[in-house]
This record gives sequence, structure tokens and C-alpha cells, in this order.
Amino acid sequence: MTDLTTSTAVTVTMTVNGVEHSSELDPRTLLVDHIRTGLGLTGTHIGCDTTSCGVCTVLLDGKPIKACTMFAVMADGAEIMTVEGLKQNGELHPVQAAFKEKHGLQCGYCTPAMMLVGAALLEENDDPGDDEVRWAISGNLCRCTGYMNIVESIQEAGAQMRAGSNGVEADDMELQDEQTDADRPKEATMQEVAE
Amino acid sequence: MFPATYEYLRAGSIDEAVAALAEDPDETRILAGGQSLIPMMKLRFAYPERLVDINGLHELAYVRRENGHVAVGALARHADIVASDDVTGAVASAAPWVADPLVRNRGTLVGSVAHCDPEGDWNSVLLATGATVVAQGPNGRREIDITDFIVGLFENSLDEGEMVVEVRIPVPSGPSGGVYNKLERKIGDYATVGVATHLELADDGTIAAAGIGLTSVVPYATKVTEAEEMLVGQMPTEELFADAASATAAASNPHTDVRGTEKWKRNIVDVYTRRGLASALDQAHASEPTTGSTA
Amino acid sequence: MTAIEDQPELDTTPDVGGIGHAIKRQEDDRLIVGQGTYLDDVVLPGMLHMSILRAPMAHAKLISIDASAAEAMDGVVAVVTGELMAQHDLAWMPTLSGDTQAVLVTDKVRFQGQEVAAVIATDPYIAADALEYINVEYEQLPAITTPQQAIEDDAVMIRDEKEGQTDNRVYHWESGDAEATDAAFEAADRIVTLETHYPRSHPSPLETCGAVADVDPVTGQATIYVTSQAPHAHRTLFAMVAGLPEHKIRIISPADLGGGFGNKVPIYPGYVVATAASLLIGKPVKWVESRSDNLISTGFARDYHMKGELAVTDEGKILGLRVNMLSDQGAFFADAQPTKFKAGLFHVVTGSYDYPAAHVVCDGAYTNKAPGGVAYRCSFRITEASFLIERLVHNAAFEVGMDPAEFRLKNFIQPEQFPYTTPTGFVYDSGDYPTALRKAMDHVGYEALREEQRQAREDGRLLGIGVAHFTEAVGAGPSKDYDIAGIKMFDSAELRVHPTGKAVLKVGVKTQGQGHETTFAQIVASELGIPATDVKVVHGDTDNTPYGLGTYASRSTPVGGAATAVVARKLADKARKIAAHLLEAAEGDIELSNGQFNVAGSPDRTVSIQDVSLAAYTDLPEGMEPGLEGVHYYDPPNLTYPYGSYIVVVEVDLDTGEWTVDRMVALDDCGVRINPMIVEGQIHGGLTEGYAMSSMQWITFDEDGNCIGSNYMDYMIPTAWETPKFELLETVVPSPHHPIGAKGVGESPTVGSPAAFVNAVIDAVQHLGVTNIDMPVMPHRVWEAIDAAQSAG
Repeated sequence: MTDLTTSTAVTVTMTVNGVEHSSELDPRTLLVDHIRTGLGLTGTHIGCDTTSCGVCTVLLDGKPIKACTMFAVMADGAEIMTVEGLKQNGELHPVQAAFKEKHGLQCGYCTPAMMLVGAALLEENDDPGDDEVRWAISGNLCRCTGYMNIVESIQEAGAQMRAGSNGVEADDMELQDEQTDADRPKEATMQEVAE
Repeated sequence: MFPATYEYLRAGSIDEAVAALAEDPDETRILAGGQSLIPMMKLRFAYPERLVDINGLHELAYVRRENGHVAVGALARHADIVASDDVTGAVASAAPWVADPLVRNRGTLVGSVAHCDPEGDWNSVLLATGATVVAQGPNGRREIDITDFIVGLFENSLDEGEMVVEVRIPVPSGPSGGVYNKLERKIGDYATVGVATHLELADDGTIAAAGIGLTSVVPYATKVTEAEEMLVGQMPTEELFADAASATAAASNPHTDVRGTEKWKRNIVDVYTRRGLASALDQAHASEPTTGSTA
Repeated sequence: MTAIEDQPELDTTPDVGGIGHAIKRQEDDRLIVGQGTYLDDVVLPGMLHMSILRAPMAHAKLISIDASAAEAMDGVVAVVTGELMAQHDLAWMPTLSGDTQAVLVTDKVRFQGQEVAAVIATDPYIAADALEYINVEYEQLPAITTPQQAIEDDAVMIRDEKEGQTDNRVYHWESGDAEATDAAFEAADRIVTLETHYPRSHPSPLETCGAVADVDPVTGQATIYVTSQAPHAHRTLFAMVAGLPEHKIRIISPADLGGGFGNKVPIYPGYVVATAASLLIGKPVKWVESRSDNLISTGFARDYHMKGELAVTDEGKILGLRVNMLSDQGAFFADAQPTKFKAGLFHVVTGSYDYPAAHVVCDGAYTNKAPGGVAYRCSFRITEASFLIERLVHNAAFEVGMDPAEFRLKNFIQPEQFPYTTPTGFVYDSGDYPTALRKAMDHVGYEALREEQRQAREDGRLLGIGVAHFTEAVGAGPSKDYDIAGIKMFDSAELRVHPTGKAVLKVGVKTQGQGHETTFAQIVASELGIPATDVKVVHGDTDNTPYGLGTYASRSTPVGGAATAVVARKLADKARKIAAHLLEAAEGDIELSNGQFNVAGSPDRTVSIQDVSLAAYTDLPEGMEPGLEGVHYYDPPNLTYPYGSYIVVVEVDLDTGEWTVDRMVALDDCGVRINPMIVEGQIHGGLTEGYAMSSMQWITFDEDGNCIGSNYMDYMIPTAWETPKFELLETVVPSPHHPIGAKGVGESPTVGSPAAFVNAVIDAVQHLGVTNIDMPVMPHRVWEAIDAAQSAG
């Protein structure tokens, strides 16, 4: 039996939705718990124990990741966007408007995650096909909608962005990325297995 | 789900990480993507006393071609492999099917390789492509052939205090191809069956090198040498591929569970090997420089 | 009653947005900005956190619990054991089916994952740590993992604590006419038999269950936030279980539930322990399930072992049906279903066909598995029944050499036969089945597909076309037949119109994502002409809403929606009197349309509903009671019977058994559609869960009773990548007895689609000798079935 004594707190500074937060944290604090409990941003949800459902998705330096499978200390110095950061200058992000317009949500529990994944996808490709959207959201479960309207919502948001919707300027979503420059996602080879 | 407490160290260099490992090798784990380790800690299957976070070592986030191989650094995420134009064949084929898109943004190839999960996708691919693992420890760096690196279920051959800093995948000089055929129940699932196939052709069209690696249907990722040997030196034919596929199926050791019966899994190994070799051959033919003379 | 192709005429303009308008959802505004309020978002001052220790094995005597080390930990406030609960007479609680269920183990563990103890701590991380410091000694017992094992004579007793219980049987229940059925079978040319297991599944909403209990030790006021689909019923049961005075219990099912699908109907031990702990400690206690908590211990669904026999003539006419069903109930009989119906509404198993005789025998057995038997996106076990008859009919058509669609058309209840009394006593309210199926066939291009299938077979490809036509029974009551734990199944609505013409509607049902805040407002808009956006819908807080039985069994629209329409009509009657007063006309001459009252024949003499609302408080006729409000409790005269025709096209890989859905066409008739957009969204979701169950989603157990499927690595929920795309169609045959003709729809696709998917796969391989593959139809099962059929020659 390992001794479960409290460990030394670590200072963590991260920028969440454009605001810098410094906190003293037990290193075992999961990023999702820090966001929900420490920062009070409850739009990020928790749905499983096994990194499967994706309802805890946030954007880390612009990329969607599962905040349940990252310690908050690992986000030191990172830029994070949660669902609460999508709306900027009083304007809904096109993806938010489109989810309402196209009925892309029912219970709303997976919606913040789906919108963030959609927003990140549209930054790379504002005219994705059905399969491209389905591929992009395949790390995120939904139990209500059957996904069709989620796909349509993300595509509709892309159409609005292409039409120069007054939502967020593309630059606003461009979060600095100092990790690697090899991360411009290219379209995954969706070669069907075993063809 | 809440992990147990641990001591957190942020490494400022590989040397620092290795030094921290050396202090207490049994209770220290390297934290890179964390996509396998953190779930295990949350489920309280793992209780490392100390984690050494190497996410600050941005210089390790590379996928690049050099000296006849593709070098993958310890911080290269699965998504970086998907996005890289430098990887081909089975590696390029496998990358999109590892976990799910979000996990691919965090998880690392090197971390998966070191983890030696029999149901992880990368090791069978690396066995098929003849990769090398670069480890660094108290005594400096050494190269380990992937076949020597994987020694058991969740077990690698690293010495105390060593960590994997790079994986090297050879770039074939001649025509080549490869695929990873994975049967999973859904995106994000582990492979029920995974077959990595790799072929290199000689100038005369015979098979110069062959690689077949298995996921999930063996106690740990395994290279099917008997089937590879059947292929090398031969002209590729449907019959030859069928024979190699049978040999691969015979070499597999699947178990009946909720995902399928032993008999069916063995059949899938056979079918996926056959299809994989055919795809690899198609790729190899397509990669040949067109001289205009071949029909 | 014949089908009409489209919705009825709209009775309101888009700005009013009544029934039939696909208006956008009001609840979305908060949800798209991350401002929903789910259970885990509830934070109270001084709140403590609870975690539950669960049994590692399926069947074991509890020898001892030593919690001293856990209790000594920093941050641990208390450890609650069964012994402590027993001291307060709370170690056992009643289930919704009149059985009892352990809250915390006192004598024996009866399923893996059962609640053994609970830690209350200042922080959820510490609560999780402390679980590891509780030492429990067990003496393992042999586990019973199938109902067949359970009813063997020498089977070990699971419920040895239960007075009068002598074996592992739970109930025996019969329906229909055995003699008439025997006679029908005597007269048959052939008997088509199907034995199938509808496997154990789990609703698994993405938000797990949880509670925040806040009991004031001074006043005795208990405010309990709980993930509840039925907050009023929960309040009454809490009063009965915990002995708390009901007027001091306030159940708040938070504004937003992250899905329910039946999983949030029962009361779970965690709710009771959290409430008891809050009472004992005097501070709020929060408990939020982990996913594995949810999958391993809360209300499962299905798990019926079914044998169906269909008596048919060589010409393909059904004469009778015989069914024997054995239900795996788990360790406690905790089904959420009406008291009179031990096997739920399973006797709707006669389906959409007209034949004279049926006999249904159902037995239930205890096993060492989690309790439950909730209706997962289904009306009280109708999914199992619908699946069985639709699989049987498919096989019967094959055996008599008929096309499965043609076979159905030959046997359908005809439109003029409604209301139709089935051999097991249901009275189907309305329908036009042939029109529905033909429309679906036309859309999919059925004849051409059959030709394509023949061609494909010649080319060595396996194409399958699966048909299913289901009839569902939803919307319980009537209260004379339906109750939950003795509480009659009616539902309620209270409507209050303010002086400025804005309204508040309070309902007894509780949304979990169905969009009640929008659709119920639309009903009011249609009846009164108040714009739907001017109607606030309040639900989920028992102190602020009239009594209702909750949202499950697709009953919100049939019952709660009816109550809303009726109460709005009551207000409209009063409003007409006020309008007559304002317009100085006779009440009988007042017409109300789209929120405008006018005098018949004088279209220019009008007042608006807003004018009338103000007058209700400022300028009333002599002697009239002020205000414009009312309440109505609606007791439906019958269930409503939505139905649908589904056609699925699949291709099967002969080498591997993998199958893919090429097309999925779903025609649903749910009567009048309040909001077509929301109805279609519901259908998408239901079809997806039907696909999930048919293809991958199940919970199984090894021979020791260890649960396989207690997390999302083992319990397969399809992603967008696997989920097929759907083509939706509709007909509209209104319910004749429902105030607005609506029937409820949320469950129909889950009920109807599994058989369509399975029939499609069977259809692809039936010529090879395969007659059945149990769900989930995983590739290995397909391949093994073909292999076995070919080996058998």
C-alpha cells in the first residue's frame, strides 16, 4: 500500500480564455478539475474515467485535448481555451450560432467539447466534408443527437466563416504554439482498413 | 476518478530527466503524453511516487528524415506523425488509427513504444519496418533493435535509469510499401487484431525485405519471422501471400474473449495479412520511378 | 383515420411559433456558452464530498469492515457503513417494483460493484484516497450469472434475507389466451421458432448520476439536488424511505440533465447515503458517480432471454404467437415499471399484425448482477417485445418464401380496424401501417434494391435489406392501469399569464435534453397565441412545480403535453370572456386565432391576448375572479401508439464478418409533431442507440460474475465515425384521444431500429443457412454463424 500523503504544491501559471491565472496546486490535480473547481469554469464537463468520451475537451495551444488526461501542472505556461472563451467581444463564435441554428445539441453535455473541436477543425479547414468532420469529432461521444446535426452545425459554421461572418476573427483563435511546427494537421488518410 | 499523490519534477533537459530517473528508478516514471499513464493512475492501477515531466523539452518534438531513417523524438505526438510528410508505408498507415484525434494530440509514439502494451499499435508497426530505439541513461546513449527492445507484456529491455529519447524507422532505398490493418470495434478502441505489413522490392521485382508484425493476438507485439522468410527472395504472387498469411495466422496466439473467438481472430490475421501484403505491393509498385517501360 | 402526408395546417404565424413550427430551442442559449447547470455544477458552502467503496466480487458474505485507518486520515469526516445505516433503519430501501434493495451491504454482497461503504471527506481526491484504507473481509460464494442457472433446483439462494423467498424466482406472469393460442398452432401449416437473448445494455447518459444533499439539522429541511427524471416521485419515495416529512423535502433536478434515457428514473443507494450523511453531519454532501460506478451499479436495461413461436400458414398468414421469456433481473428487482406489469409492457409483443391469438409467459429470476431493468429509451420493456416479433416475422417470411415487406403488408392491422384490440388486450389508438411501409419502400427503392441484392450475390457480395415495422405503446397512464410504486401515472401543468402577457408554465415532467422549454411553450403558443418565446417553462424543482410522474417512457408529450394543452384551453375560455367584455360582444361571438380575439363577422374589432392578460388584472367583467392562471392534472384515457417503418441496407464482408450500413431509412409516425426539428433530432438519437445495441453496445459478465463493460474502454458507444447516416420520413396519423393529436417519439427509433439492423445482416446471409445472430451482431458472430451454417451443410 503506497502512502498517500499530501505532496508539495506546485505553482502553475496558465492563460485561460485570455486571462492569466496562477495557482498553487497539488500536482495530481487534473486539468479538468482545476478548470471546473479551481477556476469555476463549469462549461467543461466530465463524463468517463478512461479518456474515452471527450466531454472534457479544451483547446491547449489551439489544439483539442482531453483535460481529464492531463495534470494541471503540465499546462504551465500554456494557452487554454474553454467553451466560455468562444464568445468574444459579445459575439458568439460561428460554431455556437450554428449549433443552435442546426439543432446540434440536445442535453448539451457534449456540446462545449464538440464546438471546440469544430472550431479547431475550421481553423485548419473551413470547408470540411462530412467524413472530415466525423473523423475530427471521433474522439468525442454524444448520446443524444446521433451526430448528424453536429456535423451539419460544424459545416454551417464553416460556411458562415467563409462568408465572413462577424463572429470571431480568425486571428483570435490562432493561439500561439511553441511546441512544434510539424503540427499542421493534414487530412488523415482515411483509407479504409483492409481494402 | 482521482489519481494518488506523487512528486512532480519538471525536467529542464534530458540529462536532468535521466538523473532524476537514476535517483529512484523503481518509483520514477517519465511523463510525456501521459495518455496511458494518467488513465492508469486515475483508475489506481499505477502509483508512481515520482513523475518527471519532459513536456518542456521542445527540442524532442521532432519527426524528421536524417541518415536514411525517419527520426521520431520523445515529444513527437501521434498527430505529428499523422501530419508528417516524412513517414510512409505502415507508419503513415497506422498513425491515424492510433487512439482518437484528441489523444493523438497528446500521446507520443515514443511513450507508446516504451509502454509495450500488447494492444498498442506502434510496436508491431516498428517490428515490421525494422525500427531502432535510442535510449539514454547514466552511461550515455545506445541503440536497441526493436526486436530486442520488446521483451514482454508491458516490459522493455531498458536498463535502470534509461529512457527512450528517439525511435528510428529506416527509409527503404528501393520501392517499398506497407500498411497497418487494424480491426477495432470503434474509434478509440484497442485493436482486436492488428497486422502490420511491410515489403521492399528488389530491381528484378522480387521481395528484398518483408516485415510482418502483430498486435493484440500475441502476448506482446511480435514479428512473424517465419512468414517474412517465406516472402524474401520470392516473386510476389497471390499464392505466396496466401501462404505467408496462413503462416502468420498459425504464428498468432489469440484468445477467445468478448471481442471475438480464437478461431475468428486467427482468420482475421490471415485475411488482414493477405490484404496487407497486397496493399503493400500496390504501394511498392506505385512508388517505383516510372521509366515508361513497364506496362 | 388515414395517413396524411404532412403536418396539419399551422394555426400560428412564425412569430408566435406554435405547434408545427421548427423554432430554435430556448435552452440552447445557455448551453452553447457553457452556462448550463448540471448536477456537478452545484456547489454549496461547506460542501463535503462522498465516494463509494464497491464490492470487488459478485457474491460474498461480508465478514468485517475496518474503517479506522480511513477515518483517521486528514480531511476524512466520516465513513458510512451498512451497520451505521442499519442503526437508522436505512440499510435497505424499497425498489420501484416493490422489492427491497440494499443501500449499503450488511449481510452479503450480491453483485460486483455493490455499495459497501461510503467516505465523506473535504475533497473528492481525499475521498478517493480513503477508500483504499478501508479493509473489508469477504467470504466468497459461488456466483449465479444467468437466469437459467438461477432457476435450477439446487441453485444457491441470492435473496436469503427475504421473508418468504425460497428460490431465485422473482415473478411469473402470463398474458393472452393459452387455449386459443394452442388452437391456432394446431391449425398452422408451420411453426417458426426463434430463440434469442436481448443482451444486457446500459443507458449510460454522458452525465453520470449524482446528488447534492443539504439537510438542515435545525429545521429538518432537506434540499436534495439529484439527477432525476422523476423529481416528484423521488420526493415521495424519499419521504417513505427516510421517514422525512414530505413538506420538508425539496428535490431539485437541476435545470440541465446530461441525458437520462431511463437511467435517472430509479433512486440509487448513493442518493440515500448522501442524504443520510448530510443529516448526520449537518453539512451538504455531494456525490457524483464515476463512469464505472454508473455502468457497474445503476439501472441496466434489457437482458431478456426470449423464445418466440409464430404459427403461420403456407400462404404467409399469421395465426398466433407464443412467447416464453426469462428475465435476468439482477440481485434486486428494481425495474422501473408499472406495478401491474411485472414484465413491463412486454405483452405488446404481438406487434403490428392482425391475428386472433397470443399467449405470453414471462418469468423473472435473481442473478448476481446489478439490479435495474430500466426502460432504456423504451417504454417499459417494449424494445425487447418489438425486437422479438420483428425478428420472428422476418424469419417467418423467409421460411414461407415470401419477401419480408410483402409478408408484413399481408398481415398488418388495417387502417379501418383502429381502435384495434390486440390478443393481449392493448387498444391501439390509430395508425395506417401499409401507407407507412409503402412510403418507406418507395423512398428506398425497394424493388431495385432486391434486384441489386440478387446481382451482388452473383458477384460474390453479400447485401442485406432489413425491414422492421414496430408499434410502440407510450404515455402512461391511464392511472387506472398504471402506477409507479402506487403513485398513479397522470401528469400536470400549471400556467400563469402575467399582466404584460408573458407566461410561466410549470410542469411535472423533467427534460433531459428533449427540449421541453421550447416544445411546451409552443403548445401554449398554439392554444393562446402568446409567442413561444414569451413562455418560460419551469421544471425539476418540486417546490415550484405541480406533481408529476416524470419523463420516461416517452410520456412527456402524451401526458405532460396534454396537461399543458388542457390548462391553456381553460385559460383561453376565461380569456374569451374577458375579450367579450372588452369588445362589448357576446362571448359566443368571440373567436381566438393566433393571439387575436375578434368578434365573428367583424375582423376589425379585435383585442390581443396581451390586452386580455392586462385586463385580467385591471379591467374584469363584473364578479369575475382576477388573474389568468390555472392548473390541470391530466389522466390519459389510453396510451398512445406511435409506430414506424424502418429499412436498413447493409453489406457484409464474407471474409471477416464485418458489416457496414449503406442506408438507413426511418419513417416515423408520432402523430402531430410539435416541433419537427426537435422530433427529427430525437429520431436521430434513438436510431443511433438502436444501432449501438445491434452492433457493439452490451454489458456482459464472466462466469464469476465479474462485469465486462464497466467502463468506456469495454462498453462500446459508437462515435460519429461508425454511426450511419439516416434518412427520415414521416406520416401523420394523429392520436384521436390526445388533445393535440401527438403521440411521443423519443423512444420509437430505439425500439424499432435494432430489429431492422439485425434483420438486414440476417437477410444478407440467410441463403447461407444463417437464421439468427444474437445482438450485438459483432463481426465474429457473423463469421462464426456463416462458418457453422456451412459446416452443417
